[in-house]
Amino acid sequence: MNDAAPPGLAPDRAPSQLGGSATKITIKDLRFYYGDSLALKGISLPLADRKVTAFIGPSGCGKSTLLRVLNRMYDLYPRQRAEGEVVLDRENLLDPAQDLNLLRAKVGMVFQKPTPFPMTIFDNIAFGIQLYERISRGELADRVEAALTKAALWGEVKDKLGANGLSISGGQQQRLCIARTIAAKPEVVLLDEPCSALDPISTSKIEELIDELKAEYTIVIVTHNMQQAARVSDYTAFMYLGELVEFDVTDKIFTAPSDRRTQDYITGRFG
Amino acid sequence: MKSMALYARRRRWSSVVMGLSVAATAFGAAWLIAILGTLIWNGVGGLTPSVFTSMTPPPGSAGGLANALVGSLILTVMGVVIGTPIGLLAGTYMAEYGRQTWLTEVVRLVNDVLLSAPSIVIGLFVYQIIVAPMGHFSAWAGGVALAMLVIPVVVRTTENMLLLVPNSLREAAAALGAPRSTIIARVAYRAARAGIVTGVLLAVARVTGETAPLLFTALNNQFWSLNPNAPMASLPVTIFQFALSPYADWQRLAWTGALIVTFAVLTLNIVARLLSNIGTSK
Repeated sequence: MNDAAPPGLAPDRAPSQLGGSATKITIKDLRFYYGDSLALKGISLPLADRKVTAFIGPSGCGKSTLLRVLNRMYDLYPRQRAEGEVVLDRENLLDPAQDLNLLRAKVGMVFQKPTPFPMTIFDNIAFGIQLYERISRGELADRVEAALTKAALWGEVKDKLGANGLSISGGQQQRLCIARTIAAKPEVVLLDEPCSALDPISTSKIEELIDELKAEYTIVIVTHNMQQAARVSDYTAFMYLGELVEFDVTDKIFTAPSDRRTQDYITGRFG
Repeated sequence: MKSMALYARRRRWSSVVMGLSVAATAFGAAWLIAILGTLIWNGVGGLTPSVFTSMTPPPGSAGGLANALVGSLILTVMGVVIGTPIGLLAGTYMAEYGRQTWLTEVVRLVNDVLLSAPSIVIGLFVYQIIVAPMGHFSAWAGGVALAMLVIPVVVRTTENMLLLVPNSLREAAAALGAPRSTIIARVAYRAARAGIVTGVLLAVARVTGETAPLLFTALNNQFWSLNPNAPMASLPVTIFQFALSPYADWQRLAWTGALIVTFAVLTLNIVARLLSNIGTSK
């Protein structure tokens, strides 16, 4: 990374309006610490309901950290903490009284590397459903089929639902993980660089999938790939060194950014 | 100018070391083959159906090892049934809940000591806490002594195998809203299953051949007995007693018993090895 703007000059701009979209999540003055080091320096940002918001920025800018605050994944580890407010449906999810399991059932996440569980394809999907629902075997089979269909994987795996989840290709595994996430009926889906381990064909399948899923889910995607952000997202947040530099409608960010650093990053001058 | 002499010297040195390595391997393997060969040579002749159906005989009459075989089986099952849950739970705590706590550090240290503790010391300890207060030897005491040998093996393998399960898998389960207990029971155990089962099998293999912890606890029994409150026969102790005796027929039975116990342990080890290969090749 090359020269950063002096911290004092960083524009702590209020998030721009979301246009006509409703807000699903409001992040207010969020600071995040790894031990004593400050990784997010006061982020404020709205996330639009049933739209795709992309977080972009160079490595180490805090975009994955921000994503992991939204389902409190950081709570699994000691010495990581967040301050500020993240309001989801009028509840501050940083509240210590927040039930983490219920939160994560509502805010699903798909990771950079595919993470199928060491069990059958069917059981991979059933796992998430059965955590919070007691349904009949027949209904469960329908739900598994629906999730796999929605994740554009049904045609490829319908004859081997009993096969181990690890036996299919990387691209299929990632779609299995997306199917597993949406089968549990979340409201928000977090995608942490979901295509970075995949080939271009699998990537384009997942991008198409994201486009279809946003009709039902609020989607937040972290990506290193700016073309991908431009293709799939409605809103884009550009982050740099733990700060939110610019947040706007994706078209505006990629055609007429208002901050010099955004301009430099999207044209490939650094990052 | 490159020195060919230097290269030639290195080649000569390499073949010397290679030769020594092969010789050392052959030396080790030769003893193992000699042991197995001796056992088969001396033991296979006595391997008749009556070994598995008749009781241990008094000197000079015909008999078998049925009570010792069944006794060994019962004692081993007792040891595994008592020891495995304790070892599993302790290993799970160390790997899943208390990774960096002082309790885990202490338990790990103590466990390593226990792992290499002489088994006769375990036998004396159990004699002191169970046999002496009860006033008599018993199969229970033998089972407890074997359990104390099972525990450290199971603790060690459970902890190590769970630590090998990538955190990304735990995160993926947590991201679906799974509570910690579910993540461990349904995902982490599943991923570590082959390794943990291997550990239990290795523990079984270890206690199957143990003599010292049984000498002071289960003692031995010349007769058929399934009573856990009474002394119980076992293969290793019977071998010990018969092999030291001056009677030729007892000595023959000891050889046959040694053959059986050795091949049982060998089979368990091979199964454990196969299982762990299956587990890692995924």
